[in-house]
Amino acid sequence: MALSREQIAQRVAQELQDGYYVNLGIGIPTLVANYIPEGMEVMLQSENGLLGMGQFPTEDELDADLINAGKQTVTMATGASIFDSAESFAMIRGGHVDLTVLGAFEVDVNGNIASYMIPGKLIKGMGGAMDLVAGADNIIVTMTHASKHGVSKLLSNCTLPLTGKGCIKKVLTDLAFIEIKDGKFHLLERAPGISVDEIVKLTEGELVVTGDIPEMKL
Amino acid sequence: MAGFDKVVSSYEEAMAGLTDNMTVVAGGFGLCGIPENLIAEIKRKGTKGLTLVSNNCGVDDFGLGILLPDRQIKKIIASYVGENAEFERQMMAGELDVELTPQGTLAEKMRAGGAGIPAFFTATGYGTPVAEGKEERQFKGRDYILEESIVGDFAIVKAWKADRYGNLVFRKTARNFNPMAATAGKVTVVEVEEIVEPGELDPDQIHTAGIYVDRLILGNFEKRIEQRTVRKA
Repeated sequence: MALSREQIAQRVAQELQDGYYVNLGIGIPTLVANYIPEGMEVMLQSENGLLGMGQFPTEDELDADLINAGKQTVTMATGASIFDSAESFAMIRGGHVDLTVLGAFEVDVNGNIASYMIPGKLIKGMGGAMDLVAGADNIIVTMTHASKHGVSKLLSNCTLPLTGKGCIKKVLTDLAFIEIKDGKFHLLERAPGISVDEIVKLTEGELVVTGDIPEMKL
Repeated sequence: MAGFDKVVSSYEEAMAGLTDNMTVVAGGFGLCGIPENLIAEIKRKGTKGLTLVSNNCGVDDFGLGILLPDRQIKKIIASYVGENAEFERQMMAGELDVELTPQGTLAEKMRAGGAGIPAFFTATGYGTPVAEGKEERQFKGRDYILEESIVGDFAIVKAWKADRYGNLVFRKTARNFNPMAATAGKVTVVEVEEIVEPGELDPDQIHTAGIYVDRLILGNFEKRIEQRTVRKA
């Protein structure tokens, strides 16, 4: 079975390490915060100027001056810090964030990512996504492997305008965990019950399959 | 006003000198930490043809969105827009010029502008539509694009607390773009929730020094929440 949104988040959470500073994008990446392993300390960076994002507030804690990058009201975790937007992006662009997780429409074998703009449709903007993909070294893209109509989103060349060029090395889809290197996709793991053939069929860009591909453990 | 006292007593006085076709740099992220009363004053004045530099453009009836119905904004430089219907209509009809700018680049454009740096190289946006028409250069084998900084005719800023000299303290994530905006205006106008006497703020805890501030006004704030998200107690 293809992974649910929660299961994608669960698998991404396995990539966390104790002491990591992490930036989670809007959508599935946000769910990763629900699966931080017991006993592990992870600090969440919100690019509007908060390091150490806490859970959502209770009615009593609600504060209009404290929001996340998705403009939702939040709280601060113990040891949090607040800074301005230039400082926030100095952290991001300076490569100080240990792990960035964000969504995409398409990725390709050269590590290009398209995630903010579909020509002809309403363009809302890239927000901080271009800074995140250009600034971070360790990025995981979460996305569905193919459209509802079976059109692959893992391509030899992105068709949509790019968010970043040559910056993506890891992609977790609802079907597979994939590494990008040497201009090719490399299959690392498959979703439970999904065959290598199914993944190959839905991957338009060149996919290297070496040996037995293990199932993800969730 | 005398000496370093920046306090003005009316919003009319606060925004005096703003005229058609000027560039205004604004603080705020979504509806958090926006100079809501200064924006309302721009609407009241009816100033037109403005270029706005702001991370977002408010919602239909709050924040910068209220400047849309009377077509007061000619161009907006922002990282994320479209949270309101009138904005979408004007953008699709080609009535509003939108320059989408990555959030970190936008913050740095304001910071650099305020610091007298005309342009800077960044990897952000290289190889994307943002890079079109911009100079590219390699440093240590990596590709960068040249981005020009921004200085506005006016900067409008929301801070939490100030002393009469314009030393500012921000509160929580309402800080966001405000400190950079404060440096990036030829005339910087700040509205705050509380004004104290000089000496009452701890100099070590001041976020923005009064040197950047030209006018200061005490306001009342609605502080509307865009995405009210709560958990059960």
